[in-house]
Amino acid sequence: MTKYIIKRILLMFLTLFIITVMCFVLIKLLPLPAVREMGKDINLVLMRREKMGYNRPIMVQFFLYVKNILTEWDWGVGEQMYEGLEIWDVMMQKLPYTVVVNLYSILVSIPLGLGLGIYAALKKNKWQDAFISTMVMVFISVPSYVYAFLVQYIFCFKLNWFPLQLASLSKAGSLFSGTMFISMVPAIMSLSFGVIAGFTRYTRAELSEVLTGDYMLLARTKGLTKAQAISRHAMRNAMVVILPMIFGEFIGILGGSMIIENIFGIPGIGNLYVNSINVRDYNFFMALNVFYTLIGLVSGIVIDISYGLIDPRIRMGSKK
Amino acid sequence: MTTNIPNIPKEKFAFVPRSEKIHDEKLQTKAVGYLGDAWNRFRTNKSAVVAFVLIMILLVFALVVPEISSFSVAFRDGYYKLSLPRSDFFYSLGWDGGKNEQQSEAGYLYLNSIGVESGDSAVMKVYDSFQDATGQTFYNLRSDSYSSVGYVFVNLSEAEYQALMKYQDDTGIQVMYPLQATMNKHFVRANDGANFWYKLQSEAQGTTGAPVLDENGQYIPNYLTSNDPAKAGYVSSRIKGDGENGVWYTYAQKNQTGYRVRVHYKEYFKYINGFYCSFLFGSNVYGQDILTCLAVGARFSLLLAICVATINFILGVIYGSIEGYYGGWVDMIMERISDILADVPFIVVATLFQLHLANKVGVVPSLLFAFILTGWVGTAARVRTQFYRFKGQEYVLAARTLGASDSRLIFKHIFPNSLGTIITGAVMTIPGVIFSESMLSYLHIINLDTSSTLTSIGTMLSNGKDYLSTYPHILFFPAFFIAILEICFNLFGNGLRDAFNPSLRGAED
Repeated sequence: MTKYIIKRILLMFLTLFIITVMCFVLIKLLPLPAVREMGKDINLVLMRREKMGYNRPIMVQFFLYVKNILTEWDWGVGEQMYEGLEIWDVMMQKLPYTVVVNLYSILVSIPLGLGLGIYAALKKNKWQDAFISTMVMVFISVPSYVYAFLVQYIFCFKLNWFPLQLASLSKAGSLFSGTMFISMVPAIMSLSFGVIAGFTRYTRAELSEVLTGDYMLLARTKGLTKAQAISRHAMRNAMVVILPMIFGEFIGILGGSMIIENIFGIPGIGNLYVNSINVRDYNFFMALNVFYTLIGLVSGIVIDISYGLIDPRIRMGSKK
Repeated sequence: MTTNIPNIPKEKFAFVPRSEKIHDEKLQTKAVGYLGDAWNRFRTNKSAVVAFVLIMILLVFALVVPEISSFSVAFRDGYYKLSLPRSDFFYSLGWDGGKNEQQSEAGYLYLNSIGVESGDSAVMKVYDSFQDATGQTFYNLRSDSYSSVGYVFVNLSEAEYQALMKYQDDTGIQVMYPLQATMNKHFVRANDGANFWYKLQSEAQGTTGAPVLDENGQYIPNYLTSNDPAKAGYVSSRIKGDGENGVWYTYAQKNQTGYRVRVHYKEYFKYINGFYCSFLFGSNVYGQDILTCLAVGARFSLLLAICVATINFILGVIYGSIEGYYGGWVDMIMERISDILADVPFIVVATLFQLHLANKVGVVPSLLFAFILTGWVGTAARVRTQFYRFKGQEYVLAARTLGASDSRLIFKHIFPNSLGTIITGAVMTIPGVIFSESMLSYLHIINLDTSSTLTSIGTMLSNGKDYLSTYPHILFFPAFFIAILEICFNLFGNGLRDAFNPSLRGAED
């Protein structure tokens, strides 16, 4: 198992390296954005670009880029937006918004999704199951921004329960204050519908398959009540598949949803990414590309490894 | 245990005549092939069939509507912007382009005046009126979003002016209306004040732009007049009350390029375009027809998704077959390549392609490339798995023993068995492509705003999101459309999966 994990992590870094090189080269091949002239000395910008090595060969620049990151954790500074600010600092300032909103959404979704999934599996082929499955189908298909518009229209505009946009930090006091939470509710709702549906579907599928297993019959035969048999035998086996998915979701919250952040004005990572593309700030763009790639890779690894950690059968199997 | 066999006499036995056929009877029913079997199962899945029919309807909608619509994506009308949906067929059900609103006395009289002058009333219905604490009267009414445009000033060249007068004389329809004598600058509401054809209370009296009414409660016209009926060369039909007591209204003012006239926009639009303006799904902030834009956007999404699915299917099948069939080091190297490609986030690929190629090959081809670059990996992985499943089976060994070539084994013996799973996978990628495309255009990562022939559902949504509270119809139709499309494709895909792999029914693939 340890050997497998080490192999996976080394492979991950190799993949990350290759993707980073490709991204870096492709970005450096793009023409630099025109220097904005408003109240700024063009020569100063050109000098800064010269100093940052923008005129040197691309592979030299890449070497410097990686060296700066590894030695000083220096991801460069903003050029077109957040001028002169350290990219890492800006990202760390944005990340909490994304994480908090998505964390709330996951914390709501997991119990609801698992509960509905278990209920549907237990009532398999009854009307409750048919109803839940149909709803899951609908909710999984409808894009998240459609929920966002619906939530905004119904809850923010018609019922006037929540503000249309996220409260500003200065007004709300802190990220965890009540005002902040209230203003996050629409975004949390819009994010959650799809995730709940996803969890429900997986839980139902896994559990209903597990429930038909012979060991369930054995458990009942040896005298366990239905509730005991389900909680001790069926759920544990179903969790082998469900838990990794939950872990994956937890890593995924770092990335957040660009479109939901855009609609609700959440100043998170996704918004930063879209802005960096729109104003052509390639330093931010590059750093965020690495960030998103890393999230994808890490969540993949976490899912794979957690299978082994949860299920001894898979762990033992890998030793062969 | 012994069975008691009765002693059957020898003469009861007879030889089977060699001439007779000794195989089984002919099959009673026709043999059902793989696809036929899948079709039989698919047919019984009601939701999948309904979804398929709906997809076909939406596809026909997307293909046909842009061709038969009176509008195009390039059509933009600044005066008819933000018009509400109106349908002639469902007019009585409230799909009438009307809007319930509350208006002050002045606002009510303003809307009402439009109809008084031209006969095309902007007030559809007055529900009730009430007085607030200060004695101000308010009206609850339903206003017509098309008729409230009223009048606009247009500058016509000499030839256009003559043509418009000829049109008026030929049809008897009044398009041009008299110009106003004075313009109260402070009460300019719409269209540079072209709608104030009546006397307004002056601001000195501390009013809100309400009209001065005569003793009968009628508006008092504020037209520019002259004693010479031929002034400014106007020789066409005149409105009622014109020319009485030797006073003639002035309809046109000469300027450097031609004439400045005040036209009733509804009739002027008909004169220019040949039909009265009416948007079935309303219009957006640029005055584009939402129905046409939606159909064009849907056509773009669907065609893109089908293209992507087909190309990825072909690439994935070829790549996956080679991987899965040969295995070994070929497989390992190819797997590493596809692993790396699969790990590149799609949004990164899409953005880089847009930044690099959008100026060179256009927005749409670069989007297509982005979808293809990483899209085939999923298909390839599925094909590879299927190949590993089938290639060790006896019938493949038998075919190989009989001397079948590699390509024959791949495409004749192994591939058809995995076809169902792969087709299902390809169909299942379509909703994902549609979603990604709408998301990218919503976030303006792909920019179709400048295109005059193309739009996308995401672009429409992003243009409409600022009007969510005031004009929800701009968002409603595209959002509803894409939701239905996604649901249908997912149901259809599920139906296909169940039809091809009955053992997987209900499980996640």
